[in-house]
Amino acid sequence: MKRLSTLALTSIVALTAGVSAAQADKLTLYCSAQEDWCQLMARSFEDATGIDVNMTRKSSGETFAQIKAESSNPRGDVWWGGTGDPHLQAAEENLTMAYVSPMRDQLHDWAISQATSAGDKTIGIYSGALGYGYNTELLAANNLPEPSCWKDLLKPEYKGHVQMANPNSSGTAYTTLASMVQLFGEDEGFEFMKGLHANINQYTKSGSAPIRAAGRGENTIGIVFMHDAVKQAVSGFPVKVVAPCEGTGYEIGSMSIIDGARNEDEAKKFYDWALSTDAQNLALEVNAFQVPSNKGADTSPSAPDMSTITLIDYDFKTYGSSAERKRLLQKWDEDVSTLPQ
Amino acid sequence: MRNVSSETTAHPALIFWIVAGWVGFCLLPWYGVEDGFFSFEWLVDGYPFDEDYAPAAFLIGQGEKLWLTPLLIPLIISLFALGRKKSDPLYAKILIASGALGFGWLIAQGFGIGIRGYNYEWLTALFGDLGDRQFGMGYGALLLASAYLFLFTQGIAARGAINGDVFVVSAIGGVIVIVTVFVFFPIAKMLLAAFITEEGGYSASVFASKFFDDRLWGLGCLSGGRCGAAWNSLFLAITVGILTTVLGLVFALVVTRSGFRYKRALRALTVLPIITPPFVIGLALILLFGLSGSVTQFFADLFGVQPTRWLYGMPGVLIAQTLAFTPIAFLVLIGVVEGVSPSMEEAAQTLRANRWQTFRTVSLPLMRPGLANAFLLGFIESMADFGNPLVLGGNFDVLSTEIFFAIVGAQYDQGRAAVLAMVLLFFTLSAFYAQRMWLGKKSYTTVSGKGDAGVHPLMPNGLAIPVFIAAITWGLFTVVVYGMILYGSVVELWGVNNTLTFKHYVTAFSVRFEETGIRWTGAAWDSFWTTIYIAAAAAPLTAIVGLITAYLLTRQSFAGKNAFEFGTMLSFAIPGTVIGVSYILAFNVPPIEITGTGIILIVSFIFRNMPVGVRAGIASMSQLDKSLDESSLTLGANSWQTFRRVILPLLKPAILAALVYSFVRAMTAISAVIFLVSAEYDMATSYIIGRVENNDYGLAIAYSTTLIFVMLAAVGLLQLLVGRTQIGRRTQFGAKEQT
Repeated sequence: MKRLSTLALTSIVALTAGVSAAQADKLTLYCSAQEDWCQLMARSFEDATGIDVNMTRKSSGETFAQIKAESSNPRGDVWWGGTGDPHLQAAEENLTMAYVSPMRDQLHDWAISQATSAGDKTIGIYSGALGYGYNTELLAANNLPEPSCWKDLLKPEYKGHVQMANPNSSGTAYTTLASMVQLFGEDEGFEFMKGLHANINQYTKSGSAPIRAAGRGENTIGIVFMHDAVKQAVSGFPVKVVAPCEGTGYEIGSMSIIDGARNEDEAKKFYDWALSTDAQNLALEVNAFQVPSNKGADTSPSAPDMSTITLIDYDFKTYGSSAERKRLLQKWDEDVSTLPQ
Repeated sequence: MRNVSSETTAHPALIFWIVAGWVGFCLLPWYGVEDGFFSFEWLVDGYPFDEDYAPAAFLIGQGEKLWLTPLLIPLIISLFALGRKKSDPLYAKILIASGALGFGWLIAQGFGIGIRGYNYEWLTALFGDLGDRQFGMGYGALLLASAYLFLFTQGIAARGAINGDVFVVSAIGGVIVIVTVFVFFPIAKMLLAAFITEEGGYSASVFASKFFDDRLWGLGCLSGGRCGAAWNSLFLAITVGILTTVLGLVFALVVTRSGFRYKRALRALTVLPIITPPFVIGLALILLFGLSGSVTQFFADLFGVQPTRWLYGMPGVLIAQTLAFTPIAFLVLIGVVEGVSPSMEEAAQTLRANRWQTFRTVSLPLMRPGLANAFLLGFIESMADFGNPLVLGGNFDVLSTEIFFAIVGAQYDQGRAAVLAMVLLFFTLSAFYAQRMWLGKKSYTTVSGKGDAGVHPLMPNGLAIPVFIAAITWGLFTVVVYGMILYGSVVELWGVNNTLTFKHYVTAFSVRFEETGIRWTGAAWDSFWTTIYIAAAAAPLTAIVGLITAYLLTRQSFAGKNAFEFGTMLSFAIPGTVIGVSYILAFNVPPIEITGTGIILIVSFIFRNMPVGVRAGIASMSQLDKSLDESSLTLGANSWQTFRRVILPLLKPAILAALVYSFVRAMTAISAVIFLVSAEYDMATSYIIGRVENNDYGLAIAYSTTLIFVMLAAVGLLQLLVGRTQIGRRTQFGAKEQT
């Protein structure tokens, strides 16, 4: 009899344990950075807090489309990584929620200004400057001079050697367009894009495709974020990274909590943790060459040295708004893309 | 004619569905169980009283979800049919009323009440705030819905529709309902976006402004500029359709009508491209023909010219698509070419036709259904293809990539995506109707009940020589491309550092043997097992739905058959991206809430790949003489037995094609999957794309190569399981061929 009751007791204990295990804290993370970085962030957060992380990696555009489609019944909790524009767009459409993290005082100004421009609905986690990279072997094979400025790319000898993404499909290319407008002024900026158009061999769909093509020797010069170009060089491809002499724009990789998150508390925990030095230093373990937003976090030695790059005062609020984006893209469509090459 | 009114008063199917209805209502959890469809934790976790797991009857008993109560009435009504004879007019009326009422109410309450109370403002205005909500339907609702549906179809059958054949009416009803739910409903939801203005209202002018766009319809290429995406897609699809059909026919002829010794090798070779994950063919082509590609470099050195980027654009996409889709044409054509009756060809020869005349006037015309279907599939595949244009498209814009980037690109313009999807749909449907016009109402029957022990004549020489040259050239090309892929998976860094290494395979597929068993430590295992599981679940379901549909389309005539056929083709004609987004829009909210599960992946594969099963089935079935069915029916079999015992065995090539195709496509599909994968259900292809984006070409190609071998094994296994059709014919060399 006693045995039986012990048995019953143990099974009850086991059952309750099973139930509490089933109710363990969990978090659904939408991640728009590179795969290995996403994995590392998810696993490290699990180790640090014991919260189960379900991570899905998609590009920032795909994630945005998904969050929008799911908006009436949100599935994700927190969206980490990816260029800032879709995060700003999500904030504009109230797909994400406002949150002021206690970690803010440890961050660079640019990360906080990203938050204030979106009503605290997003925050900067890393930044990367725009530039270009070229394939050294192809450049030599074609007897081309080494370019070092934006305006160098307009020279006729580079005709058919430059590649950039289509700003209609890629956030990177839109940042390029907006940067040129801010760097040279709107009229001269568009003159630059027209001149560049003559030398472009292909507008790719995806933002980092031009430099991947350059790495494989399918293209000479690719206009991309410099950290993407660095990654090619570190992977062993003959790619040299250029920080253009006139100065350049940059992106702010962002993080947002999805409005209506099912695990809001866990999402906030992740948010705070992701802004800490420990979490941001994880970038060093994978090939991520962006500049972290926490002042105390380290930047990879291979990353482009931000102190030597002239950065423009990029106006994320204006150029991240959908109205301005629509206007610039339409102007690019009508004035630039229709020109003969 | 058969005796319609069976004398037994209680038809077993009727009892079955009435019982199923009660079980669904009283015993099974009404709402979806969050842990997953195949998790049975709910059995020990508060069932049947816990609100999350309670059956509808228990919910109502506890005073919850009272809007489910009316569902009880039709269930009770259906009981009155039990004591009646089928010939009794009341029998039919009771069943129709019960089924229609129940099904109608089930749908109305499902759409009317969602996770935020009433879904429509006019309902709130009418009844006030509901103060309650409901989640997606679960087992109980599913079973009850099926019960109502099949009670309804039995009622229709009892009224004498389609000779009172319960199986046929139920099959039609079932296919119509699932196609409506999983094809029409999501697509309609997506396409509506074309008319939505930025403020959220509806307007036709929004549609017009997006439709009459120069990027879509521009004809600049005629004067040296660039053409719109619509013309590009159309031109590409027609070319690919023709090329794949011709090449597919070439291979089918070599395999069936020649003394070629390495038929098996050739057959395996033609299947290779179909089992190749996307991007891989594109990458291999780049390494061969790209700016720095080995072939390009070789010829540039040879002739002392500058290498060019000729591959990027129309030529590259054309090569890649032809390579990728020829096997589909081959799979469709082989069944048809084999099926052409040798007796007719022998008759022609007896009448002194030479081999060429026989081929041109007898064999070829009899292959028309196959040719038309092969062209249609090639055309549609090319239209909807996404991976190849993405890698090789250059500045050659096509609709499928434009749609993708309208949704995920910097503009987030779902309306534009919807408009482009409509244009694409219009093209594919036009092709579909053109194909039907060309086939016309002629008969292509060649397999009849009569003994047919002929031998296929060999090809005429004038045909054999070009056919052999084409087949061998193409075969060699395929071998080279796949050699490159295999090589790419075992070198350090493809194209840069050519040291041989197995490290990519180790990273992806390492296993550790420990005391507790095998630990799958490789990075790729998770997505690998998910992919196998999903593909294995989807393949048989796809084949079943596809072949039943094909049977209905070829063997039965009923009102609205054309619309029915059109509906089954719809999901195939729409690019995966659109399917992906529309599935999220439609199935993320009640009544059907399946996003983030494996089910949504399986369902999307079933309905995306079903049309191939339908096409292959139709092509084969239109060769089977109807007298075979009739004799079976005359001998007392019902239509289910006829389908099962007579038609099905003769359809083995079609079954194999459907199974192989759906399994393989489930493993290699990408565009729809991107939106439907979740953390727990990640698929191999989306994992591979992540690696490509991250420069891990070696890992991506190693994974793809592994998938190729897995699929080869699976195809072989399926071939073994399904077996070959044994049509009583002699073989080329006289001996009776063994399976």
